[in-house]
Amino acid sequence: MVYLSKRRRFVFDSFCGFDCSDYVNCLIGRTRRVTFADRFSIKCSLQTKVLLLLFLSLSSSTATLSAAIYKRLLISYSMKFTCLSKGRGFHFPPCHMLNFCGIRILLDCPLDLSALLAFSPIPTSLDCLSVVESFNTEANDFDSRVGFGKRQKIEKLLHAKSLLFGEPWYKTVNNLHLWNSSFIDVVLISSPMGIMGLPFLTRIKGFSAKIYVTEASARLGQLMMEDLISMHVEFRHFYGPEESNFPSWLRQEELETLPSELREIILGKDGLELGGWMPLYSAADVKDCMLKIHTLNYAEEACYNGTLVIKAFSSGMEIGSCNWILNSPKGDIAYVSGSSFISAHAMPFDYCSLQGTCALIYSDFFSLGDSHDSADGDNYSVSAADKLQPMSSQDLAGFIHNSDENSEEKEKLDFICSNTINYIQKGGSVLIPIDRLGTVLLLLEEMTTSLEASDLKVPVYIISSMAEELLALLNIIPEWLCKQRQEKLFAGEQLFAHVNLLKEKKIHVVPAIHSHELLINWQEPCIVFCPHWSMRMGPVVHLLRQWCGNPNSLLILEDVLNLELALLPFQPVAMKVLQCLFPSGIGLQTVQPLLKLLRPKTVLCPEELRLQINLSSEKSFSVLYYTEAETLKVPYRKHSSEIKIATDLASHFYWKTFIKEEINITKLKGELLMENARHHLLLENDNENSSCNKSLEHLGLPDSEKLMAALSKMGISGNIQHGMSDDAKSQTAFTIHIHDPYKASIEIGTTGTIITTADENVASSIYKIIDNILKAV
Amino acid sequence: MAIETLVLGAGQEVGKSCVLVTINGKRIMFDCGMHMGFLDHRRYPDFTLVDPNKDFNSAITCIIITHFHLDHVGALAYFTEVCGYSGPIYMTYPTKALAPLMLEDYRKVMVDRRGEEELFSSNQITECMKKVTAVDLRQTVQVDEDLQIRAYYAGHVIGAAMFYAKVGDAEMVYTGDYNMTPDRHLGAAQIDRLRLDLLITESTYATTIRDSRYAREREFLKAVHKCVSCGGKVLIPTFALGRAQELCILLEDYWERMNLKVPIYFSAGLTIQANAYYKMLISWTSQKIKDTYSKHNAFDFKNVQKFERSMIDAPGPCVLFATPGMISGGFSLEVFKHWAVSENNLVTLPGYCVAGTIGHKLMSDKRGKVDLDANTRIDVRCQVHQLAFSPHTDSKGIMDLVNFLAPKHVILVHGEKHKMASLKEKIHSEFGIQCYDPANNETICIPSTHYVNAETSDTFIRSCLSPNFTFQKCSSVDIYNSTTLDKNLMPMLQVEDERVSEGVLVVEKGKKAKIVHQDELLLMLEEQKHH
Repeated sequence: MVYLSKRRRFVFDSFCGFDCSDYVNCLIGRTRRVTFADRFSIKCSLQTKVLLLLFLSLSSSTATLSAAIYKRLLISYSMKFTCLSKGRGFHFPPCHMLNFCGIRILLDCPLDLSALLAFSPIPTSLDCLSVVESFNTEANDFDSRVGFGKRQKIEKLLHAKSLLFGEPWYKTVNNLHLWNSSFIDVVLISSPMGIMGLPFLTRIKGFSAKIYVTEASARLGQLMMEDLISMHVEFRHFYGPEESNFPSWLRQEELETLPSELREIILGKDGLELGGWMPLYSAADVKDCMLKIHTLNYAEEACYNGTLVIKAFSSGMEIGSCNWILNSPKGDIAYVSGSSFISAHAMPFDYCSLQGTCALIYSDFFSLGDSHDSADGDNYSVSAADKLQPMSSQDLAGFIHNSDENSEEKEKLDFICSNTINYIQKGGSVLIPIDRLGTVLLLLEEMTTSLEASDLKVPVYIISSMAEELLALLNIIPEWLCKQRQEKLFAGEQLFAHVNLLKEKKIHVVPAIHSHELLINWQEPCIVFCPHWSMRMGPVVHLLRQWCGNPNSLLILEDVLNLELALLPFQPVAMKVLQCLFPSGIGLQTVQPLLKLLRPKTVLCPEELRLQINLSSEKSFSVLYYTEAETLKVPYRKHSSEIKIATDLASHFYWKTFIKEEINITKLKGELLMENARHHLLLENDNENSSCNKSLEHLGLPDSEKLMAALSKMGISGNIQHGMSDDAKSQTAFTIHIHDPYKASIEIGTTGTIITTADENVASSIYKIIDNILKAV
Repeated sequence: MAIETLVLGAGQEVGKSCVLVTINGKRIMFDCGMHMGFLDHRRYPDFTLVDPNKDFNSAITCIIITHFHLDHVGALAYFTEVCGYSGPIYMTYPTKALAPLMLEDYRKVMVDRRGEEELFSSNQITECMKKVTAVDLRQTVQVDEDLQIRAYYAGHVIGAAMFYAKVGDAEMVYTGDYNMTPDRHLGAAQIDRLRLDLLITESTYATTIRDSRYAREREFLKAVHKCVSCGGKVLIPTFALGRAQELCILLEDYWERMNLKVPIYFSAGLTIQANAYYKMLISWTSQKIKDTYSKHNAFDFKNVQKFERSMIDAPGPCVLFATPGMISGGFSLEVFKHWAVSENNLVTLPGYCVAGTIGHKLMSDKRGKVDLDANTRIDVRCQVHQLAFSPHTDSKGIMDLVNFLAPKHVILVHGEKHKMASLKEKIHSEFGIQCYDPANNETICIPSTHYVNAETSDTFIRSCLSPNFTFQKCSSVDIYNSTTLDKNLMPMLQVEDERVSEGVLVVEKGKKAKIVHQDELLLMLEEQKHH
């Protein structure tokens, strides 16, 4: 999606039904098969985990737990990055797999809820009958065709009745299923949206990864998942228990009869995504999942295995959403997820903390135009003329504090509010199925003030199973909010206006549309905030049915990828539709100055960005481009890592000097400890074996002259016999025959020395002499 | 390399906590408190010792405040606004929210009630708080390139934190006040296992070991219940923050369980306002209270009502929370005058009252005549109950923390002199850790850790990782193995996995020290191995 400032406008349109025939889409022929061999090689590099102790040199003693670390047997020489899914918009963030220092890290585990559009919302009783009828006629059609013996593929037109009629399944990241989940070591969740698919993973037997989430994301994510389940229950009540584990629409022959648009939703563009579909997890799965996560605060250090230090920094996208810094002895990586310089209520984008990393994974897909290429391509794609001149780094600071953006935001809100007032005055109601928390809160506060200003007494309802808890939660998390909200805490005021609005009964929060409280208070016209943005489930379905025929009522949507499809089950729609794009993401203009500011050594960018920004001229960092389902290998810059040696140990070192005193060498003895992504070499605790110097390594050849001199000094005389140079096989350099005071021979070879004598004492004294002459370590 | 600790306050005493620590060139001031027992210059730490030229901005890298009690934050506004310090100040979110309340309350007491000249104005408190950076628990804050600080949950009052500081390789922790056992509304102190050179810990209860607080709480509730069931009135003089909320949660809970209908009152103003803060800061309380936020915020007291002055002499039983604590004046004193004369009534007092307050006099002789001032004397007939629980850790808790962190040195502050001396002895004898208990304005110098940086080759690290299983039964397998351990104590077969590697440290002229594997060394020196 492109959120250029030019294009930040509203799609304000009235839909009075549309002709489906205009909307025939061709099957997209482009297929890109993923090489499975490639994938397999990654999988093969898995190793067993062994609990092990690290000691150096002549260390001993049994295990002290502090020294115990887990470690892969192999240390890889490069970091491997695989983009599993580019995601789509705000509610479906990207998903990647990263192999760093031999640790496999899954970045986010989202759910593609836009795929719900393929399903029919719960029909009213009348609808139901007609659907069943149409099914029958279709079946007859099919039979007759078979009867003719012509299995023609007839492109079907999209129609409300062609939507899948059955309990929905949910579309997970298909590529994730190609990985063995039990080999994932770490899962990092960057936003509340990124947690939605996690229960599918955590319920798999053998899954043992550590999951890190910011505390706010975890709480919001849990609420969202529970809400999803409670909305789904409605389907289950309607359709009853499932007859089989395999719904009919998943069968190949059924899929072939579907209109291309639905087929694309189900199978993906490449037709490979069928494996991603899953029936929804249960409440117990969510509970279990929440027990397995480790929550973090911003800038809290979490250490995985002593090897990886993980830190989350605010991304400004949503309350609790974050970017990550991974620190290891091999260097550090920054992961920039969807981030926003304009944070509605969330703590602002903390980009300063992401500075100066070895590698930066840029994964903000909001700044890219591609997520829209399937729908309304013309409206959103970027033309060459739109390729904006990048700003300089200096401008960045200015841009970030630019009030233009905020004033534009304000204008937008004012526009929405004035429209709302207009329609209310016309006697219609306003339905707002928006699930972006930041937007909802902004609208809620703006709308109630403008209602008051225009002296309108209409009720505002929030209908959602999670609303009550969510609103209560928002008022107790000042640490996750922007400065303005935090100031309210310090002033002793409520963080959000809704607390007082609730008290004053200006807004009503009810868990469901059939709540008793709602039924007795219900009053039209009214303003309703409710889930779900897909318009396939939740209270919105019922209210939309109620109001869609009324041209005086207004539907306010966040940007839905395929508006026609979204409204399909409710046709004909006389209701006015206001679709508003709220900015999210870093923004194309800012990408380059931001990267310059962050000064990474290498940047990993989505391939799509290559077309839009020319980063090749950038000298301060190198750029690598990634595409979905392809593994990118990034070699580490260093082939060595830092180690810290305790001074008390260092003072015990026994140094030897080599080669004209240019090199000093010492043998190490101590305990190697891996802690907080750093190697430490510490003094051993036990004092035993301290005199074990026997394993000295001797280097080079003893000099024959020196040896003879030393021998004669000790009163030993002999003569040298130089090696037979003609005998190539012989390793002997020279031999010394000793005849006085006793008989012995010293055979000196290129790789060893053999002392032959009858007397042990003699042998040891000769050994000492040679030992002195040789360079030993 | 050394860590230098200058104790400006709370050295061998309780009050005006202020410790100045110099680590590797960085100077951190931990706490900036005032002494409640003095009214002259002794009430503030002697800041001239920080820098004789009073150029505090270059003398101090940052100030860290552990919690909002006046003996930890009381001198802050004075130090920033009057002495002119304008560098960074760090405290947790609740401390930043609640500290100005405490300072303002104190200022009012000073000026309005005692008629003293004010040391700082309201405006100065606001200005001072603007300089404060709020931090979250466990958030690693990079104060500057070298100094890193981090807050850990201390459980003493809401937002109380222990602070960890690291400069270079030297690491230390300043605990502030902490509690190792959870209470009604706060959790227990939590900290990571760190490699510390220095631990500076409070030692209020250096020699006391307390039994279960639940028994003490029951005692309190029983006393209150007995009083109200006889139609008496209960006066609970408290300060606005902390204890009031804790006791109120306790009473609310008890009221629910016993289905009592007797009203609980809060004296107006501050305490009600303080509850609003507590409601927003509920995530800093104990897990049990945190979990209830969605259904009912535990600080949304159901049975609590506002108290009006006219209700003092109204008949019928009630419970009243009134400020200030220790009955040092104000509204609690006014109510006390009315209620103390009846045997039916009850006054609860905290475990510690500053000398000179009515609370202190009541504690010394529970019944009898108490002189309010030169002209007034009250015949105290009401019952007096002393609360026996305190949000400070006991001696066992201190020992547990020291044992857990195993620092190289310990400095004791915030305690009584003779008790600290015995705790010091205990820490030294039990753990063999060097321990100090400096008096005010004394400096302690301890050595700090320093690491030598080197590079290490991948080959070496990898060689360290190759498994090396040894079976103790046949110890000859591994020549490097320790066989000196007493065999009789070992099981028949002991499997060990000691990763042994041959490492050599090479320092080449003009290059960084590097650790290589033995085999690599030969390549490096271009020589062959010789046996």
